[in-house]
Amino acid sequence: MNFDSFSSFIEMGGYGLYVWSAYAITLIVCVYNITRPILMRKQVIREQKRSLQHLLSDKEDLV
Amino acid sequence: MWKWFHKLGAPRSFYDISGRLLPWFWTIAALLLTTGVVWALAYVPEDYQQGNSVRIMYIHVPAAILSQSGYAMMAFAGAVFLIWRIKLADVALQCAAPIGASITFLALVTGSIWGKPTWGTWWVWDARLTSTLVLLFLYIGVMALRAAMENRESAGRATALLALVGVVNLPIIKYSVDWWFTLHQGSSFSLTEKPAMPPEMWLPLLVMVLGFYFFFFSLWMMRIRVEIINREFRTDWVKKLVAAS
Repeated sequence: MNFDSFSSFIEMGGYGLYVWSAYAITLIVCVYNITRPILMRKQVIREQKRSLQHLLSDKEDLV
Repeated sequence: MWKWFHKLGAPRSFYDISGRLLPWFWTIAALLLTTGVVWALAYVPEDYQQGNSVRIMYIHVPAAILSQSGYAMMAFAGAVFLIWRIKLADVALQCAAPIGASITFLALVTGSIWGKPTWGTWWVWDARLTSTLVLLFLYIGVMALRAAMENRESAGRATALLALVGVVNLPIIKYSVDWWFTLHQGSSFSLTEKPAMPPEMWLPLLVMVLGFYFFFFSLWMMRIRVEIINREFRTDWVKKLVAAS
């Protein structure tokens, strides 16, 4: 361990604001990158389900 | 080997294979990144000149490396699409662009935050920084071009071409620190030479770089899988998959 106390870990020898903001932005970018495809997948499947149901009901109308 | 590649080029096989690979990739990425971050934040010794601000390096350098090799992979997918007309390569190109853009953005922002205490400025219009900004615009250009074109076939060709032309920017980024006067330091990492840092500093960096690669590949596969469902909606297997979920 490079730090002897929690407060010195937060302070980062005066560079705390720089170091922690860099890591915070990284976390935000990572979370965005992970959630984006999950949401897209849900949306695509929802839309296709809807069009699939339309197709089925159209067929029934024809019969 | 060729047969295997051929199989991987089929959307359905890719969907199956990537589905099996993804949990492993996510696990490896998570392990590497948590190890790397804890190591970088708490255990790496302070730099004798930069103090604790050197900890920003452990995200800045991996992000910068991935922004460039991600572009190279995207352009490679573009070449594969133009030469062999493999649809999946077009999907891969389309899906790499937003991930690459976000990682290039990350490289620029963390570099800027690191630059302030180290150089005394957030930004300079020097060759390394400017060419990396151009890289970000290339990614965004690929995304915008795709969004602007109605016809998927011609959009695929146009984006592939743009991605390939943009490859000239990669050597410019790489050699910018040698060709022009710059604030940015030269590369401290190379495949052929011994690193200019002690192992307790470059080992966690290596862990982070590998972690970023696995993270990138995991995200890439996730997006490709969504786009496969989106494009192959007429096939029976996707219909079944949609109905079952």
